[in-house]
Amino acid sequence: MTKRKLIGGNEATAEGAIAAGCRYFFGYPITPQNKIPEYMSEHLPLVGGTYVQAESEVAAINMLYGAAATGAWAMTSSSSPGISLMQEGLSYMIGSELPCVVVNMVRGGPGLGNIGPAQSDYWLATRGAGHGDGRCLTFAPYSVQELYDLTGEAFTIAQRYRNPVMILADAILANMKEPCRLHERRDHPTQQPQWAVGGARDGRPRNIINSLYVDLPEEEQVNLRIARRYAEAAQNEVRLAEYGADKPQILLCAYGIAARICQTAAQRATQAGVPTRLLRPISLFPFPAQTIRRWADCVEKILVVELSLGQFIEDVRLAVEGRCPVELMGRTGGMVMTPEEVTDRIVQMGQSD
Amino acid sequence: MREEVYMAGMGGQGVLLAGQILAQAAMMVGLEVSYFPLYSPEVRGGRATCTVVIANDQVGSPVVGHPAMMILMDKIAVNNHLDRLRPDGLVVVNSSLAGEEFDRDDITTITIPANDIAIDVGSERAVNMVLLGGYVAMTESVSLADIEQALREVIPERHHSFMPVNIAALHRGAQAAMKAISPTR
Amino acid sequence: MSRATVPDSTDDTTAVYTYPDSLTEVPMRYCPGCTHGIAHRLVAEVIDELGIQERTVVIATVGCSVYAYEYFNTDAVQAAHGRGPAVATGIKRTQPDTLVFTYQGDGDLASIGLAEVMHAAARAENFTVIFINNAVFGMTQGQMAPTTLMGQKTTTTPRGRTLQQGGHPLNICELLATIPGVAYLARETMTAPKYVLRAKRSIKKAFQAQMDELGFSLVELVSTCPTWWRMKPLEAFKWLEDEMLSQYPLQVFVDKTEQND
Repeated sequence: MTKRKLIGGNEATAEGAIAAGCRYFFGYPITPQNKIPEYMSEHLPLVGGTYVQAESEVAAINMLYGAAATGAWAMTSSSSPGISLMQEGLSYMIGSELPCVVVNMVRGGPGLGNIGPAQSDYWLATRGAGHGDGRCLTFAPYSVQELYDLTGEAFTIAQRYRNPVMILADAILANMKEPCRLHERRDHPTQQPQWAVGGARDGRPRNIINSLYVDLPEEEQVNLRIARRYAEAAQNEVRLAEYGADKPQILLCAYGIAARICQTAAQRATQAGVPTRLLRPISLFPFPAQTIRRWADCVEKILVVELSLGQFIEDVRLAVEGRCPVELMGRTGGMVMTPEEVTDRIVQMGQSD
Repeated sequence: MREEVYMAGMGGQGVLLAGQILAQAAMMVGLEVSYFPLYSPEVRGGRATCTVVIANDQVGSPVVGHPAMMILMDKIAVNNHLDRLRPDGLVVVNSSLAGEEFDRDDITTITIPANDIAIDVGSERAVNMVLLGGYVAMTESVSLADIEQALREVIPERHHSFMPVNIAALHRGAQAAMKAISPTR
Repeated sequence: MSRATVPDSTDDTTAVYTYPDSLTEVPMRYCPGCTHGIAHRLVAEVIDELGIQERTVVIATVGCSVYAYEYFNTDAVQAAHGRGPAVATGIKRTQPDTLVFTYQGDGDLASIGLAEVMHAAARAENFTVIFINNAVFGMTQGQMAPTTLMGQKTTTTPRGRTLQQGGHPLNICELLATIPGVAYLARETMTAPKYVLRAKRSIKKAFQAQMDELGFSLVELVSTCPTWWRMKPLEAFKWLEDEMLSQYPLQVFVDKTEQND
């Protein structure tokens, strides 16, 4: 067992990427994720990598596009307003079938908002990636250890599906420190993928990285190919965790930091006489719809807890398909609910029957 | 076991460092822990708060609505946060800056003149260590010795010359707490 | 890569003018009288002459030259509007031994992509930009560009560009010339053989600067758009020389390849 290290969420994210083999980072400062570029600028040169501070998030995501086109293991990170600016580049990367990793430490919005914790980029992450018929594979860690592990794994997943992977966290996870087990840093793969650019050397046919398909049927075929990869991801990459009562009256659904708050609330509500189970999606796209649907047949009600006013709940409702009532408990604008408040709400729901 | 402590003060008082040292100590004795800082956007002179949650197994929520324990380092911290302390909770207050009078009678209050003690041991900047020492004397998750170990890990090597002052501050804080303990109820 | 267009040895004619290896034979979609074709050919000839075809990556951008990836016979990446220099940065930073050039029009580079090109130059990114300035948005049907001349009529300056409505034209080379990261910077045109030869020389120097890792290089090619200038090709060439070259004088602004010799 390796030694545990007390480390911040931002640092764990950056180190997780480096340890997995990421060697290129392109970014633009924005709170609350500045420790990621800072960490990268210090550590990447030590492992033969490169850090570039871009002139904007628009430039950063397009530098990432260029790096991804060469098959490099590369990433960027930002927070909500910056992620808005990156939507165009993400759309191009989806259309060009390029793998990359993008971290969003979500902050309060809309607009300039604030630097408090929020989950209000759920739609942006799971529906978004700009225009067109594509999406980001999205994963939501809930601890510093999981930030480290999932950010590293995101590179493999991105390569497997040739699609951007988004790590969706928030200002609390970014800044909190927890014990984390770190593994040795691995080297990045030196072999370029077959599709990558870098000069058509030694007689190999030239490669073109492109998302322009003026031939309509061809574009449809490309989009269907991308959709097949999402279907494949839905088979292989759905991740979730469950905690609490085996025969629950109430099912809590929450991801990321909200799930941490719910972990404590589920325990306390169960102790208070309302058996409660927490289901925590770790993958948000693909979404663990089947498991939620199964539970919907066994519980009285589902309570969705999110740091937004009804984004994540849509996926839960789509999964539940009307099998049981689904209620929302949301905070917004950088504010968080406390475990005490969630406990009270569950107890109230449990007693109202 | 789940220990929740909320710390608050003004920027520069070392609120965040105190929280990190407590978290480091908890980790080193094999407990689970989360440390969650919050600070206002001003680079200097803003407010600083942090929450440390220590548990035997999963920490669960790093966010706490009504913590059982608090360390409050100045008057504004008392005014802003003391009403959130759980009934029967315990608060360690820096009486040098916050006085001795508080309008709650359902809690245990430990008042420590931390600025005076800090100056006495040789550094006004050791206020956070005095209060942390006082806090540790009142709880069971970690000992003063554990905190000393954690200090060595968290404080950069180049600052280890300040270690004796910090350790003295810890112990003086603990002594002051033991002397001060008296339920106000 | 030898080409099928070269007559075979049984034929006693000699090929004096063939496709450069670095151009494909995909028919170009450019309008009659447009100088994109000449610019493509010049770049391809330079790539051939420098023997760098197998190391080259072209960044096609958005505008009439969006299909550059079909015409240049090299690895290629198609970039979002204006972002070519950022994409080039990403490629060059991960694959420093490739030779990368962006091919950008005035809308792409001087309007939506001004930040990207300026900062790439400021970082002394080691790639080459071919900048086509024809004072108009061609692909979107003739709207005003940042480089549109004062008084010039476009589909969005129907009474001619005025200071009040459209502000001043932007001189990109003059702006870039102040940036120390620039290794080679020149403005050329292609309306006459003497200009074509000059232009090719500059393009070659720009690539040479990149090969020698001297920093950022850019060649602006003052170009025609007979279609949206609503002129016959010859009128367009004349208008370019009479009107555009006074706003955009031909000049080598920076040449660090000389110091390097």
